Amino acid sequence: MANSAAQTIKNLWSGGVEPMKASYGKLMMWFFLVSDAFTFSALLVSYGLVRVSHPAYSGDPADFVFSQEYWPIPEQVFEAIPFFHGLHAPLVFVGLMTFILILSSVTMVLAVEAGHRNDRAAVEKWMLWTIVGGITFLGCQAWEWGHFIVGDGAAVNGILGANLTENQYGPPAFADFFFFITGFHGFHVFSGVALNFLIYYNTVTGVYQRRGHYEMVEKVGLYWHFVDLVWVFVFTFFYLV
Amino acid sequence: MATEEINVVEEVGHEEHDHDHHGNFWTTYVFSTDHKTIAKQFLITGIFWALLGGILSVIFRLQLGFPESSIEWLRPFLGDWITGDGKLDPEFYLALVTMHGTIMVFFVLTAGLSGTFSNFLIPLQIGARDMASGFMNMLSYWFFFASSVVMFTSLFIETGPASGGWVIYPPLSALPQAVNGSGLGMTLWLVSMALFIVSTLLGGINYITTVINMRTKGMSFSKLPLTIWAFFLTAVIGLLSFPVLFSAALLLIFDRHFGTSFFLSDIYINGEALPNQGGSPILFQHLFWFLGHPEVYIVLLPALGITSEVISTNARKPIFGYYAMIGSMLAIGFLSFIVWAHHMFVTGMNPFLGSVFTILTLIIAVPSAIKVFNYITTLWGGNIRFTPGMMFSIGLVSFFISGGLTGIALGNSAVDIQLHDTYFVVAHFHLVMGSASFFGLMAGVYHWFPKMFGRMMSNKLGSIHFWLTFAGVYLVFFPMHYIGVAGFPRRYYSFTNFDTFNDFTDLNVLVSIAAIVTLAAQFIFLFNFFYSIFRGKLAPANPWGSTTLEWTTPRFPKHGNWPGEIPAVYRWPYDYSKPGADEDFIPQTVPYSETPESNTPAENEKIKLETNGDEIVVKQNGDSH
Repeated sequence: MANSAAQTIKNLWSGGVEPMKASYGKLMMWFFLVSDAFTFSALLVSYGLVRVSHPAYSGDPADFVFSQEYWPIPEQVFEAIPFFHGLHAPLVFVGLMTFILILSSVTMVLAVEAGHRNDRAAVEKWMLWTIVGGITFLGCQAWEWGHFIVGDGAAVNGILGANLTENQYGPPAFADFFFFITGFHGFHVFSGVALNFLIYYNTVTGVYQRRGHYEMVEKVGLYWHFVDLVWVFVFTFFYLV
Repeated sequence: MATEEINVVEEVGHEEHDHDHHGNFWTTYVFSTDHKTIAKQFLITGIFWALLGGILSVIFRLQLGFPESSIEWLRPFLGDWITGDGKLDPEFYLALVTMHGTIMVFFVLTAGLSGTFSNFLIPLQIGARDMASGFMNMLSYWFFFASSVVMFTSLFIETGPASGGWVIYPPLSALPQAVNGSGLGMTLWLVSMALFIVSTLLGGINYITTVINMRTKGMSFSKLPLTIWAFFLTAVIGLLSFPVLFSAALLLIFDRHFGTSFFLSDIYINGEALPNQGGSPILFQHLFWFLGHPEVYIVLLPALGITSEVISTNARKPIFGYYAMIGSMLAIGFLSFIVWAHHMFVTGMNPFLGSVFTILTLIIAVPSAIKVFNYITTLWGGNIRFTPGMMFSIGLVSFFISGGLTGIALGNSAVDIQLHDTYFVVAHFHLVMGSASFFGLMAGVYHWFPKMFGRMMSNKLGSIHFWLTFAGVYLVFFPMHYIGVAGFPRRYYSFTNFDTFNDFTDLNVLVSIAAIVTLAAQFIFLFNFFYSIFRGKLAPANPWGSTTLEWTTPRFPKHGNWPGEIPAVYRWPYDYSKPGADEDFIPQTVPYSETPESNTPAENEKIKLETNGDEIVVKQNGDSH
């Protein structure tokens, strides 16, 4: 038994079979994700380098005020919640966004699992929830961007809100990287939602039922989890540290 | 360009018309998903670009060699880029240098080399009907084509193409007011490169997946030809490094068009401070060279892989150190990612960091030397056949040595500070990366032409082409070492304005004449290539006596490559001149059970596996699930 298992493993790589027991499509998705990870890494490393080249705020966090002189404390910037104007709730809203996105990953797992069982109705249900989660995340991000752009409270150096050239919260680079990286990630989420919808549509019209398997759900699922994982890093580097 | 390409592919296709095609002209020859057709499309487009890149270099060599003479006769082509007194416009000189570099590095030696031979050889040598995804493969070519069209267009716009050097460092490339070429030309450059990166990724993902998933029965990684190892690792390197350039390009686009300051800070133009604050131009260099250095190996590794194959075949000897070759390619691939800052020794880098990058850079000399010694020991005592492919391969080894040695000097930060951005660097990388890879490309074309087009190229014309090019390349780049040590900076429009450099005018004249002769010699190749496609002698099934799988296909393989079942593989690809064997090569498809006269005792043991091994174990594998 042990012998035959060892032989099998040795034989997997000697040609004529798919050594990783994965179809070419799934392998391609994995390699694409590796490459995309490098794109995001480059952006995050750039962010880190520019951030450390700016002075950090050195005083007591309680006395923090916005200034172009130093890099802001993120939780002082992202502290607003829709409909609760003036409430100081650091990172609560973005925490909620993160929770929604991770929840949509869970529903994606359930959709993939339903696909393994060839359960069309369940795939439809969980794909729909995943799409709802993705759209909710995008909506939250739109609100957060809007709030960031419009600004809050008193103008700093005559600047209220933020755009790509100046911002009230700190050095321009802070807003530049915020817009670029969360925007690039948001674009990934948007593409993911589009792909999810395509999968949902094909499931509803029975394409995968006729094909006999739901591997496409799995492939797009990989992408969706990746987008989630990237958000964890973006969240960590932009909002937490 | 497009019509030329379509015509060629169409003509080639005539031979195949008696086979059962299920497509019309467009799906068969233009939007083809067949890897062989796509490879030819890459090759023809690459040849077009190589010719253009070569012509651009000769134009700026005219300026460097003969700065006093009038080039009024070029006005029909260059128009207002010739100044009123018949001289080359200095800004256009910069554009020429930039476009020469961009075209040669990306369009010729990346797309033209990897695109052609990875596409052509991977399915044929691993025993697959086609690439994993023919559709993505087709997209890969057409993204490259779109990228080519955009880059080509940028040559004809009024403000000229990008002119900040092929490395497009900001702030020069980020500020349209800095130089004419940083306007629309730079925008088109970035658009073209973004398309190019998409093409590379589509191709690379396909190559990797195909090698992993679609090898024929028996083709383990330890039986893969070194060409396939090289293409595989090249694709992995590209997959990991091009996305970083993509990030850098996107950030640069934002700096150029949307007012961000990722790479910009503290800049004054005409005494006016720009509003951009807080970015870092050095950051761009880090991102660029994180691609840029691996790119050197993306260009070189396929050429080295081709050389391994061609040298072993034509020396009629097994490649020396098969596993050492694989190991050194893996080492080169790994090291290529951690040496990028040796391009940046003069950016004010911390000297300690500089010495770390120096050491890492020098370590690359070890796997490179292993490869060189393996080539030489493969040739040693071989029964050498000087086919054109073989001569170009040996030429590659020569350039790899002479260019690589100067790399050891340049890799030292202390030496590099003196030689940085001089013609010494130009000489170094043109030999070790430019000419070596170009010779690898040529070796591949001569060697696999019979398989690509079913006909033979002329050996005599090939020899003339080789000797003229080989001598020409050394005459162009060897004198540059002296000019560089003397302190000539690269990318300068004119040296005669500086008394110090007047002594070297004659060397520059020599270099320019050699460059013109070398370019002229390429027309011999072009004639040989296109003539042989239509009129060449029909190729025998296995013209070079090779062991690899591609020579078991019909002369004109149709879609699917093998008419019947895909052959299985039993042995490594380098059984040349095996003691006891009837012929001086044993193809990979011959089982050990059929060659008792030449088997080693260990190989006799493997006969048992041949009869019951593969099939039964694979079945067990199936049963257990």
